[in-house]
Amino acid sequence: MNTDDFKFLVDRIKDRSGIVLSADKGYLIESRLVPVAQRNGLTTVEELVKKMRATPNAALMEEVTEAMTTNESFFFRDKTPFDFLKDYIVPQFLQSRGSNKRLNIWCAAASTGQEPYSIAMVLKEMNAKMPGWSYKILGTDLSNDVLEKAKTGTYSQFEVQRGLPINLLVKYFKQTGETWMIDPAIRAMVEYKYFNLLESFAPLGKFDVIYLRNVLIYFDRETKKSILERAAQLLAPDGYIILGAAETVIGITDALRPLKTHRGLYERNSAAAGTGLAGKATSTLAGATSSRPSSVLKTSGTAAGRR
Amino acid sequence: MKKCLVVDDSRVIRKVARQILEELDFEISEAGDGQEALEYCQAEMPDAILLDWNMPIMSGIDFLKALREESNGHEPVVVFCTTENDMKHITEAINAGANEYIMKPFDRDILEDKFSEVGLV
Ligand SMILES: C[S@@+](CC[C@H](N)C(=O)[O-])C[C@H]1O[C@@H](n2cnc3c(N)ncnc32)[C@H](O)[C@@H]1O
Repeated sequence: MNTDDFKFLVDRIKDRSGIVLSADKGYLIESRLVPVAQRNGLTTVEELVKKMRATPNAALMEEVTEAMTTNESFFFRDKTPFDFLKDYIVPQFLQSRGSNKRLNIWCAAASTGQEPYSIAMVLKEMNAKMPGWSYKILGTDLSNDVLEKAKTGTYSQFEVQRGLPINLLVKYFKQTGETWMIDPAIRAMVEYKYFNLLESFAPLGKFDVIYLRNVLIYFDRETKKSILERAAQLLAPDGYIILGAAETVIGITDALRPLKTHRGLYERNSAAAGTGLAGKATSTLAGATSSRPSSVLKTSGTAAGRR
Repeated sequence: MKKCLVVDDSRVIRKVARQILEELDFEISEAGDGQEALEYCQAEMPDAILLDWNMPIMSGIDFLKALREESNGHEPVVVFCTTENDMKHITEAINAGANEYIMKPFDRDILEDKFSEVGLV
């Protein structure tokens, strides 16, 4: 591929998805876009680029972008983000939320569904401790292909062995031949929607917990900052954002701050600029969050005791 | 260093498992059937056992039942590793005291995931 074509593709893909492809990713573009070219009756990436240059074609652009996403995911990936929910976040809400027994969770890069379903299983397992609570788990992604797979809730033998404890496999999956299908009750706890993180978050509503994991790694600093700050605004004052193991807010934005006790967990930094809070609201919220340290000690104590 | 007994009648599988587990810092011993494995355990309980199901002389499930009857037989963490991949076998294994279950074919990622699931890694 010549450098002109490479730059054309890199620019278009970044515009559309935020995904940054560095100069050494030529091979990746080539290997992933040849099949796209073929599906469109062409043979080479050069021809594909020619077609894209000739007439703007939204469907083709979407196909190209989807082909460049990395969708790897597995159940209970990294484990701690799900332990935090069970041992820290939910126990805290149980204490502090009073009659507001709603839990809204957003998986902002849901991929093939392992992450939202892991969350659903955690909550299902906690059912007895959460009488009267209702939950909504929203799973969104830029790729329609992965969303379609997520919606079916079916996984290969290989996929159900990555991160999923055997007791949960037995409890929440049904087997048909080599594939495993998730329990309809778990399936029903998750709603899937197409959503591009570059678009306005306003229509999504408010969330108590946002899982934003293993997607910021593909973006440049500006895109990361914008997504993190807009996500912070969707977060309830006592809510949390959970990032992937290789992701952080440090050096990017002060709209969120890391919890020292829980690696990968972030809360709103209401004192900071850029959170969309001003004047009075800021001081009330700052007052509210300053009571956090005592509850941190209390709840993490309970969590440890339970183990 | 934690000790892991690899029980499988296939020498190839034992070798593959040994390679992966040694990299995860286990000291490996091998047994070719359930009887051999039981004798090993009666002499010295390992920390972990990777266990095939179908083997000559004594099967994995019979070994597991006998192991759990031994006085220190509850100690080792037992991870089944077998081509038996249906719910009936999995449930039977769990009821007999297996801690985790791998359906063959497996790879390094699955083995590592399952061992960390039961707190071995
Ligand atoms: C590696 S997966 C992460 C899956 C899951 N969160 C996890 O940690 O296992 C990254 C996902 O981000 C999605 N993605 C990439 N750019 C996106 C964008 N601009 N908007 C929404 N999703 C995007 C990809 O389609 C892909 O499914």
